[in-house]
Amino acid sequence: MNHGPSGRAGALALRGGVTAWVTALVAVPVLVLAWRGIADGPAAFWAAISDPAAVDALWLSGWTAAVASVLNAIAGTALAWVLVRWDVPGRRAIGALVDLPLAIPTLVAGVLIIALFGPQTPIGHWLVGIGIPVAFAKPGIVLALLFVTLPFGVRAVEPVLEELDPAEEEASYTLGATPFYTLTRVLLPPLFPAIAAGAVQTFARSVAEFGSLAAVSGNIPHRTLVAPVYVLGEVEAGNPSGAAAVSLVLLAIALTLQPLGAALARRAGARRA
Amino acid sequence: MGIRVDHLVKNFGATRVVNDVSFEVRPGELVALLGPSGGGKSTVLRMIAGLETADSGEVWLDGERVDHLHARERQVGFVFQHYALFRHMTVGENIAFGLSVRGVAASEQQARVTELLEVMGLRGLGDRMPSQLSGGQRQRVALARALAPRPRLLLLDEPFGAVDAKVREELRRWLRKLHDEVHTTSIFVTHDQDEAFAIADRVLIISQGRLEQSGSPVEILDQPATEFVARFVGDVNVLTGVVRDGRAWVGGVGAEVQGLAEGATVNVVVRAYDLKFWRDDEGPATVRRVMTIGDRVRVEAWLDRAAAPIFAQFPRRSSLLHGVEAGCRIAVEITQARAWPTPGAAE
Amino acid sequence: MRSRRRPTGPARVVFAAVIAWLALLLVVPLGALALSVAGSFSAVVAALTSAEALHAIGLSVGVAAACIVANGIFGVAGALVLVRQRFVGRRLLDALVELPLALSPVMTGLAFLLVFGRNGLLHPALDAVGLQVAFAWPAVLLATLFVTLPFTLREVALVLEELGDSEEQAAATLGATGWQTFWRVTLPNLRSGLVVGTTLTSARALGEFGAVLVVGGGIANRTQTATTFIHSAIEERQEPAAYGMALLLAAVAVALLFVLQRDRE
Repeated sequence: MNHGPSGRAGALALRGGVTAWVTALVAVPVLVLAWRGIADGPAAFWAAISDPAAVDALWLSGWTAAVASVLNAIAGTALAWVLVRWDVPGRRAIGALVDLPLAIPTLVAGVLIIALFGPQTPIGHWLVGIGIPVAFAKPGIVLALLFVTLPFGVRAVEPVLEELDPAEEEASYTLGATPFYTLTRVLLPPLFPAIAAGAVQTFARSVAEFGSLAAVSGNIPHRTLVAPVYVLGEVEAGNPSGAAAVSLVLLAIALTLQPLGAALARRAGARRA
Repeated sequence: MGIRVDHLVKNFGATRVVNDVSFEVRPGELVALLGPSGGGKSTVLRMIAGLETADSGEVWLDGERVDHLHARERQVGFVFQHYALFRHMTVGENIAFGLSVRGVAASEQQARVTELLEVMGLRGLGDRMPSQLSGGQRQRVALARALAPRPRLLLLDEPFGAVDAKVREELRRWLRKLHDEVHTTSIFVTHDQDEAFAIADRVLIISQGRLEQSGSPVEILDQPATEFVARFVGDVNVLTGVVRDGRAWVGGVGAEVQGLAEGATVNVVVRAYDLKFWRDDEGPATVRRVMTIGDRVRVEAWLDRAAAPIFAQFPRRSSLLHGVEAGCRIAVEITQARAWPTPGAAE
Repeated sequence: MRSRRRPTGPARVVFAAVIAWLALLLVVPLGALALSVAGSFSAVVAALTSAEALHAIGLSVGVAAACIVANGIFGVAGALVLVRQRFVGRRLLDALVELPLALSPVMTGLAFLLVFGRNGLLHPALDAVGLQVAFAWPAVLLATLFVTLPFTLREVALVLEELGDSEEQAAATLGATGWQTFWRVTLPNLRSGLVVGTTLTSARALGEFGAVLVVGGGIANRTQTATTFIHSAIEERQEPAAYGMALLLAAVAVALLFVLQRDRE
């Protein structure tokens, strides 16, 4: 496009405005947060993140996120399959349901799980009776994570599956392959980067999840206290530096996973070409 | 409405896509820019319209130098390859756009839209959205939109590239008619030689950023200025020969050529219809295949001493074809050929 | 569109499992919530029409509306810059725009607290002019602007990329000025991106909890939003209030989802 002199000045002004807005709204607060995490020196930083309650919270966040990622990868691939390949009653309704967690506030997701599994409900009462409480316990944490991350697994795989030619599957059968062989050797390999991208996104979101877990986990230190809720506790206890230090660990995880997820998504997209 | 282009140069990064192109178009002419894809034709057109800025060179419209003007100030109508219709506007709003941005009165806009819909054979489609039209109809809306503000010059970038073969032929005839009726000056870009020869008054051949030749369709076909032009237009044999006694010899067959040094190795370019084959058991070539394509017959043969394939075309009922079949030997006569020294060959 | 097959044999088992999964995760909990609200309907109505609840809803809606407007303007401007312009630092700007998606809401709240709160970076300056940001509505607005920043921009950028610039070139050859081209050609074509982006922005703004809790404090009748209202109702064991507000937000979410689905068609 041919920009005259006025066009170039306009473009510069637009770029300046956008950069200023993003800098003020995003860059400055995040930099201040990072600076507060390390401002008291390496010893203070180490003390803050090696506090036993902090370590337990980070560990709990990590493994529940991992479990959610694996389960969501399986469920998401199956759901994408149903949506893309099958003619089933209510296919559109299923598609809409998959997007529901994007619209529902995560705190409300937590309230939903409490409303169903809370100790005063019949189901919750029964589950406590047989020794597997869900609300205010670890299964509830995983369930809440699965709720809020449901769209990621499905939406990562769906477009790739959409582009995958069913003829590949048919070719495999005409060549005498069994369904299991076809699934593992023909269908899943091209989907793998997309499934992995969805899993990485699920993990990143799970580690950062706050609203639903604040409602559902019960927040018992060393047992059901996840890292973001631990950060809140430190803020409320008047220890912003400690909160910032643990935040930095979470930020580092997020910033590692973001490019990994993007690279996997690119590979998934490249397969489509 | 004359236009002159002087020494235009354009680089994209390290690649020179337009290399010192100069030409003139007289008022009322319909000129084709013809050449292989990626040869720089569209870039020349876009520089005339002001959609690209030339690195050097000048563009003159009606004696006025315009290359410092923005596209919107040049009053040049442009028809885009993929139409570029405003998808959220109706056909009528699309056509009226160029008038409405200039503040032309609504009644006048309406009159012009109605007039153009009529001329374009789109009557009654003014309220449709572009997505509801066929490819050929969209093309005509794009033309109407470009013509509505009465541009000084009409530029068309591969105007029929995106419509199917049958519609394309119809649109060609129709464009020629339209050009004559609205008395405009037009330049269109195409990579399809049939299209260029069918409707243009003059054809400019552009390849690798250079203007190879400018001339009427007959001139281009009969007097190609360069080997590239000779090879690009028409169905041709390219054979390697040697010049002896003013003839270029290819595997024992001689062809009249001019202006070439004795003993030079040359590329001889022969059109499929400038060759004669007839059955001759002592002839220099062997027939490999005889194919009937519509009203013509294509004969493919092997020229033994040159170790090269050669082919010719004849009318279906040609007497020359008598007894010509796969496997038989044939005599070969080159009735017209042009030759250029083979690049890099020792003389 | 490819033809779809009906599941047969073992495929039916997979389909049943998928439906069961969705039911367990989404439908049954929503039903349970609706049931318990229905069970204590009059208490819910009373709780939701209290001054506190109305103030919380008002603040949430007001903040969401401001975010929609700000992100509409910024989203179009930002998408134009990121899609159309090539400059040093473009990738950094792109990464910064995506950053809010990677941050835990609590961290967002903490970051703003460290800028505007007591002992915060800007606290002396704000104090001097008598402006309170932290634990006041401006903090709620800023935190929500932060978390909703990427949505409209990303949707508009997708549309803009697909659109290309040929229509704008056509407008230029027809004599349109830069502004005429923007208002009459570019902006109308971005409509679908703006609708989807605005829907996602509304959902996220109404639902934001962690960030506004940390930086706003969830003070009743001052900084309490719909979500922090639920939070304090849970802590005070006021289940009708918590469940009622949660169901209200879920209903709004479903409505927004309808807009989204319709626009995807």
